[in-house]
Amino acid sequence: MIRFDNVSKTYPKQNRPALSDVSLEIEKGEFVFLVGSSGSGKSTFLRLCLREERPSTGAVHVLGKDLGKLSNWKVPHMRRQLGTVFQDFRLLPNKTVAQNVAFALEVIGKPKSAINKVVPEVLDLVGLGGKEDRMPGELSGGEQQRVAIARAFVNRPMLLIADEPTGNLDPQNSVGIMKLLDRINRTGTTVLMATHDQAIVDQMRKRVIELDKGLLVRDQARGVYGYQH
Amino acid sequence: MRAQFVLSEIGVGLRRNLTMTIAVVVSVALSLALAGASLLVRDQVNSMKGYWYDKVEVSIYFCTKSDAKTSAQCSAGAATDQQVQDVKAQLDKMTQLVQSSTFESSAEAYKRWKDTNPDNPLLAAVGADAMPQSWRVKLNDPEKYDVVQSAFAGKPGVKSVEDQRKILENLFGLLNGLQTAAFVIMVLMLFVALLLIVNTVRVSAFSRRRETGIMRLVGASNFYVQMPFIAEAAFAALLGAVMASGLLLAGHFFVQNFLAQRVQFIHFIGLSSVLTVIPLLVVLGMGMAGIAAFITLRKYLKV
Repeated sequence: MIRFDNVSKTYPKQNRPALSDVSLEIEKGEFVFLVGSSGSGKSTFLRLCLREERPSTGAVHVLGKDLGKLSNWKVPHMRRQLGTVFQDFRLLPNKTVAQNVAFALEVIGKPKSAINKVVPEVLDLVGLGGKEDRMPGELSGGEQQRVAIARAFVNRPMLLIADEPTGNLDPQNSVGIMKLLDRINRTGTTVLMATHDQAIVDQMRKRVIELDKGLLVRDQARGVYGYQH
Repeated sequence: MRAQFVLSEIGVGLRRNLTMTIAVVVSVALSLALAGASLLVRDQVNSMKGYWYDKVEVSIYFCTKSDAKTSAQCSAGAATDQQVQDVKAQLDKMTQLVQSSTFESSAEAYKRWKDTNPDNPLLAAVGADAMPQSWRVKLNDPEKYDVVQSAFAGKPGVKSVEDQRKILENLFGLLNGLQTAAFVIMVLMLFVALLLIVNTVRVSAFSRRRETGIMRLVGASNFYVQMPFIAEAAFAALLGAVMASGLLLAGHFFVQNFLAQRVQFIHFIGLSSVLTVIPLLVVLGMGMAGIAAFITLRKYLKV
């Protein structure tokens, strides 16, 4: 699903690489936590997976494609096959919940009839049935993140990438979001989640990848957030 | 591509950015109106050239008695009949060049001058013999004036060879100058319009960065992300082109109903010329705006 072969990434005008010589593989159907302090290279890792950046050296394969060799005009098509969720939700404040999800389908040219069918389905799935016509501003943070997850999942992607999805949520809402992501994972979708949330990582007991100063320092099958020092 | 979705996006974009849109529309309108005006002036000059050059003649003037003192060419006094006939004989031999030639005697010249200047105070003082006799030569190709000039200037009895085109050329020079001025102003206005379009698209892209960010995230194609902005710029340019067309039509009706009544010696170009220029302006305006928007977006909306 995701394969990094000796990937390094150095941004222009920076001496230290943001990611240095990282090699790993994430299989189909896995649930993987990406942990590490700020500046450890987590964001760069995710940006490389989304082909927002290209590696300086090495090769990044996502969904069977070598992203370094993928031409620009093919990138949108590749992104349709994965879903993304962010800490700040990234919803459109002037559109309703249903319109926010529908927007993602409209802009990739899906016909109206298909949109009208799948949007209520996915909103039910994330537990927002009945809130289709609410505005994002009227919802709690947890509910807003559910809208974002619904939008990411509406195309039934093979891979869901989440960048600190619980970063803005209280523990109770965070648990709800994690249950939802776990359920999505059980449908066969690979989930890659960057997080700072120790409690969640420790509780879920999934594979943990830890980055530190751009280096891969730990890759543990049923890991916890960090070693006790 | 769903038309309704794109149209609503364009509407939102233009409304959100209303003042800039107005600036773009007006500057595009002015630059296109000037572009159209400069094209029309060119048409007008060409049509006038065609019309007048058919009528112009080269005049070969002969010396009169009074020229003997004032012109070195005529020191021998008035031209003799023989000299006039010699010139005629030579003209008749230039069949390639000369279409026809007619003789104007001093009396005829005097009469014509009297008819065109009935109030001139010199009229009483000047007699028919002060007016030169001349050959009025019509050329097959009015551009070949030089040949006639060099063949006859300096011949005995010939005072001067004059091309009526010279007189017209002043007028055409003026019109060409106007055309160049319109063109220069058009280029400047076009430049201003382009800068405005680039800036408008930038502001528009910035104010909708949330939308475009999400579009890129969910895998909307570049075309889908950029289309609303390009269509927005092209639509503003279309409004500008419509305004420019209105200005040109207004100018046309002013010329038809006002100038044409007063300046009857000029044949003005018709509505059809204006109507052929208008689609050109629409294409030019929309194409230019679309391309400017596209180039701007390449920089501001990366994949």
